[in-house]
Amino acid sequence: MVFEKIAAMLAEKLECDAADIKPETEFGTLGIDSLDVMELLMNLEEAFGTEIEMGENKINTVSDLVTLIESKLD
Amino acid sequence: MLKGKTAVVTGGSRGIGKAICLKFAENGADIAFLYAGNTAAAEETLKELESLGVKAKAYQCNVSDADAAAEVLREITKDFGGIQILVNNAGITKDKLVPMMKAADFDAVIDTNLKGTFYMIKGVYPLFLKQKSGKIINISSVSGLNGNAGQANYSASKAGVVGLTKSVAKELASRGICCNAIAPGFIATDMTETFTGNDALKDAIPMKRFGTPEDVAKLALFLASDESDYITGEVIRIDGGMAM
Repeated sequence: MVFEKIAAMLAEKLECDAADIKPETEFGTLGIDSLDVMELLMNLEEAFGTEIEMGENKINTVSDLVTLIESKLD
Repeated sequence: MLKGKTAVVTGGSRGIGKAICLKFAENGADIAFLYAGNTAAAEETLKELESLGVKAKAYQCNVSDADAAAEVLREITKDFGGIQILVNNAGITKDKLVPMMKAADFDAVIDTNLKGTFYMIKGVYPLFLKQKSGKIINISSVSGLNGNAGQANYSASKAGVVGLTKSVAKELASRGICCNAIAPGFIATDMTETFTGNDALKDAIPMKRFGTPEDVAKLALFLASDESDYITGEVIRIDGGMAM
């Protein structure tokens, strides 16, 4: 569910098909920079009603972000 | 020039900070200002701001406390519905020659002037990022650019503010967020009253006068307004030509 949400948000931002976003996709290859990831994170905080401490985790792939969000939802 | 915008000004009850609050309010901005402890001065400033017909509120906050800074920004965001301008003006001095300067004197000045600025920027960063706009104005000093005998701590903190300004400007430039610094010279305020009677100092200023808080406020207004949208990472001296 978290992955689908992230994929949908990315697809909207990048104007691409959500099916093109895979867990192993690196943000760098999507042309997403670290500020974009931060914005994504803030939108996810809102969507899932959780607070995510920024800065401690390296987020390179979509799967990294999914893991981070899921750890906060448990 | 600033109608519909909310400005947060640290060290806003007196001196340069107060002049900035008033100048912004005259130009239509709502004002949330922080003050460290002088409640009487804060109440006086608040009255003057309210008489200008804008929404204004004073918050007692020590910006060198990271948690307090984060909390006050959350409170302001709730009270005002958003923040568009941040002015990091709060500053202290503990002037001494290096052998007399205790570690605590050094730390206190760095904590308020440099770390306080960082904590406030950290607090508005996500807000500004989300709205893809915002103006950050940091008050540095010509001491930070040229050094000043007796101010090893102060000049280090203000030079730090320059580096911080440029880094934040680079981080946020792609989102249309501007971060600039103002480096005042000798401005007549409570902080400088010990030497504003000094004619030799005045003679060292090409314009032969000390600056006024109003002089600095006019520059801050420009940097807070849309007129300066293509300026970021800049440090502007305002010192009557002293540091040329």
